[in-house]
Amino acid sequence: MISNIQNNKKITFFLLFIITFILYFYGKEIASYFDAKWIIKYPKHYIFPISKYTSLFVKWLMDEATFGIFSFRDLTRFIAWLIQQPYNLILALISKGFLQGQGQDAVEILPPLSWISVITIIVSMALYTKDKILVALVAFAFFYLVIFGQWESSMVTLSSIIIAVPVGVIIGLILGILSYKSEILERIISPILDLMQTVPVFAYLVPILVMFGFGPVSALIATIIYSMPPMVRTTLLALKSIDPQIKECGLMSGCTERQLLWKVLVPVSKPTLMVGVNQVIMLSLNMVIIASMIGAGGLGYDVLASLRRLNIGVGFETGVAIVVLAIALDRLSQAFVNIPARKRKKNISFFKKNFNIITLFIFIIVIYLLSPFLPLIKNFPENLVFNTSLFWEELVKYININYYDNLESFKVTLLTYFMLPIKRFFLGIPWPWFITILTITGWYFGKLRLAFLCLVLSLFIVVTGLWEKAMITLYLCGSSVLIASMIGIPLGVWAGVNARANKALTVFIDTLQTLPSFVYLIPVVMLFRVGDFTAMLAVILYALAPAVRYTAHGIKNINNQIVEAALICGCSPRQLLFKIKLPLALPEILLGINQTIMLALSMLVITALVGTRDLGQEVYIALTKADIGRGLVSGLCVAFISIIADRIIKSGSNKLKDKYGMI
Amino acid sequence: MKNFFAIFFSIFFIGFSSSLSAVESKDPIKLTLHDWTGQLITTNIMAEVLKKAGYNVELVPADYIAQFAGLQTGDLHVAMEMWETTGRDAIDEYTADGRVVNVGSTGMDAIEEWWYPTYMKEKCPGLPNWEALNDCAEAFATPETSPKGRYLGGPVTWGGFDDERVEALNLDWEVIHAGTDAALFAELESAYQRKAPIMLWVYAPHWAPSKYSGEFVDFPPYTTECYTDPSWGINKNSAYDCGKPRGPIWKVASSMLKDKWPGAYDAVEAFTLDSNEMGNLVASVDLDGNTVEAVVADWMSSNEGRWSTWIK
Repeated sequence: MISNIQNNKKITFFLLFIITFILYFYGKEIASYFDAKWIIKYPKHYIFPISKYTSLFVKWLMDEATFGIFSFRDLTRFIAWLIQQPYNLILALISKGFLQGQGQDAVEILPPLSWISVITIIVSMALYTKDKILVALVAFAFFYLVIFGQWESSMVTLSSIIIAVPVGVIIGLILGILSYKSEILERIISPILDLMQTVPVFAYLVPILVMFGFGPVSALIATIIYSMPPMVRTTLLALKSIDPQIKECGLMSGCTERQLLWKVLVPVSKPTLMVGVNQVIMLSLNMVIIASMIGAGGLGYDVLASLRRLNIGVGFETGVAIVVLAIALDRLSQAFVNIPARKRKKNISFFKKNFNIITLFIFIIVIYLLSPFLPLIKNFPENLVFNTSLFWEELVKYININYYDNLESFKVTLLTYFMLPIKRFFLGIPWPWFITILTITGWYFGKLRLAFLCLVLSLFIVVTGLWEKAMITLYLCGSSVLIASMIGIPLGVWAGVNARANKALTVFIDTLQTLPSFVYLIPVVMLFRVGDFTAMLAVILYALAPAVRYTAHGIKNINNQIVEAALICGCSPRQLLFKIKLPLALPEILLGINQTIMLALSMLVITALVGTRDLGQEVYIALTKADIGRGLVSGLCVAFISIIADRIIKSGSNKLKDKYGMI
Repeated sequence: MKNFFAIFFSIFFIGFSSSLSAVESKDPIKLTLHDWTGQLITTNIMAEVLKKAGYNVELVPADYIAQFAGLQTGDLHVAMEMWETTGRDAIDEYTADGRVVNVGSTGMDAIEEWWYPTYMKEKCPGLPNWEALNDCAEAFATPETSPKGRYLGGPVTWGGFDDERVEALNLDWEVIHAGTDAALFAELESAYQRKAPIMLWVYAPHWAPSKYSGEFVDFPPYTTECYTDPSWGINKNSAYDCGKPRGPIWKVASSMLKDKWPGAYDAVEAFTLDSNEMGNLVASVDLDGNTVEAVVADWMSSNEGRWSTWIK
């Protein structure tokens, strides 16, 4: 009976596959035979002017909407003011100094902290965790910033991170807890989070600027919107996966609800929560470039300006500055949470107890008082600044002159035998059939609800007239994800079985995720010219990380008893990997691929900068034409593609978990 | 002699302080900085001039297009370079309701055209005449475009009508669009290092025409009729059978500028620079390695006669 159903399924799949191929090859002929051109190309006069209405609505919201006493914009400007205050304080403290007056009339009342003091504070924080490697890492990172002359810009960037990360983490934590308590709220928040993560920032940049004003605050808000969703998600996941016994134990010992939450549930889920914090930090630093376009300044502006001058070396050095900042902050925050509780000594005087902190304070005050007299303290001497940019430029030049032809032939091969067939396939299938297939897939994995979702979201893309661009998007992301998985999964397996490889790979992955893609995009353009191939390379590099991370995680977390059982049965290492570990880690690997797709889609706007013709470009054009509605609608299309992919893969992963009895 | 200096300085200072009190508001006027050198120079010159007039000035880094949202709400006040070719749509969109105003031309004209490095002349001696383009299309071809020549156009957002031009002039060329300015010149740098064939969209004032030796292609000169009237020009059935227009570079400002600092508005309106002058200033920064501040200070001291009339 069961095998019969299995066979039926196989036959259905085979049939669908055949029909797809027939339509792909003969779609045009069929269309012209029935005189139904609309099958291939959605008719222009049926395009629903959603973008026009969106524009009108946003304009109304920004210019006219009011709550009676104050307008909508007053409200947003007030929020901006609230965020501005702590930001200004920190900026003054570590970067600009305290000023009186505005513009060039401003007089410095108090200078900012010297680079020596900032480094001392950070290193003492690392010392507090008693982790020697961490101390070395943090010291190295901050000295890099000084020695390569990135100090001023990096302090501007650091101030915005110091505000954005805690705000994102706290809001994320609260939203996560609230949606843990109320299922209705969870249902409402979940799709909003999807949109926050997948609608490209460029799509809502202009409305944000109007609402919150031009400057660092808008940049901060855009950063928070983009980096917060993982925090909400991990909080929810962490709380849900707590062993009910722990909860009961808390209740039995007489916890109030608040105590249960803050003294039991949150501390227990700390390790998972920290994964969320890690993502918030990484994503915030990822936004540095875009934030600099709307007045945040800092390292992002330096990257853009130097690449505009084709100064690859300086761009690279600045990019690395962003990376070291990200890694140092991340490791520091992770270590802080993992400090083992120390015994509190009693009967010791206040002075003795806080000896270290007091020394630190005295040191900083001394340095502060000395700084007006010693220029070395105020600014790191310029003639000691390191500069390797010439080396990078010469390196790219050397590769360009000597290996261009080899690279070219590699590229042409990959284009003709891999990318172009995929492109033709996606563009060749008539849209009604594509939607049908999508709906059937939705039905298979998630019954009515998922089928309905797939149908509605893909119809939205059709009626807005963006189908063709959406298909190019699919092709570009699809081929990138394919290659990223082929590279990332083996690397992940390696990291999963080998602790040392894991450490090295984590640094590598963090670098890829935080190094602004612009930094390597320009050298890649020099070697491969503009076009889809270059775009694909950039997407692969950026989207590789989750494929590695999740695979490694999946392999490491396999129940040890199963592995032992397999070993007792006499599995060879090879069998162990392919017959036991990989299948068991498959659900996790699928989630990794899911995240890879998300990241690939979020890179679209960047790839538009090297001349692709996909939805990312549509968003970019809308931005330059100041067409708010068009930007938002094409941004939504990107989001819908990722939502469809996400839902299908997640249901698939759940089905697999079911099959292996993992739930 | 000493006395003379004393008198001179006291007059100078009286003049200076009186100009200070003449200023309408001491709130900072915010000028936007973009990511290319020419714009940094124009903006810094304007800022220095406004400072001399006693205004309080602040420079804010901002994106070329995204800045309009700030100009509209009055968060930002002056943008010194909006190019006709790349900024037209944004100017139209935001000046429509009067909250952003076009303050007139900077006096600089942008040249935008097909451009090739000098070493390509050996392979295609007929250049710069556009009629030679078809004879050497193959010399400019790449595997993807062969046998057609490959022309690297600007980002689609720049417009430029290159696809139409290729069609109208019956050229055996394929237009590939770069996504950004940086990508465009990255390709030029790469090809120039290898002395490889390249034909691309270059504009001036920019550092590229000074760094790389090369020429613009001579197309039939642009007229308004050429773009609007198909019967004009070589191809009687098609428009765009000519070169690109040379568009002015505009200054735009928030309407707040005129209301709050009318004197500063007049100064911005009076500001003019010459294209060649600009080219030299840009080269002095990007090629000779001087800082923007030094170049601007130098210009200020040698052109006092000019800028002092702007702030009268």
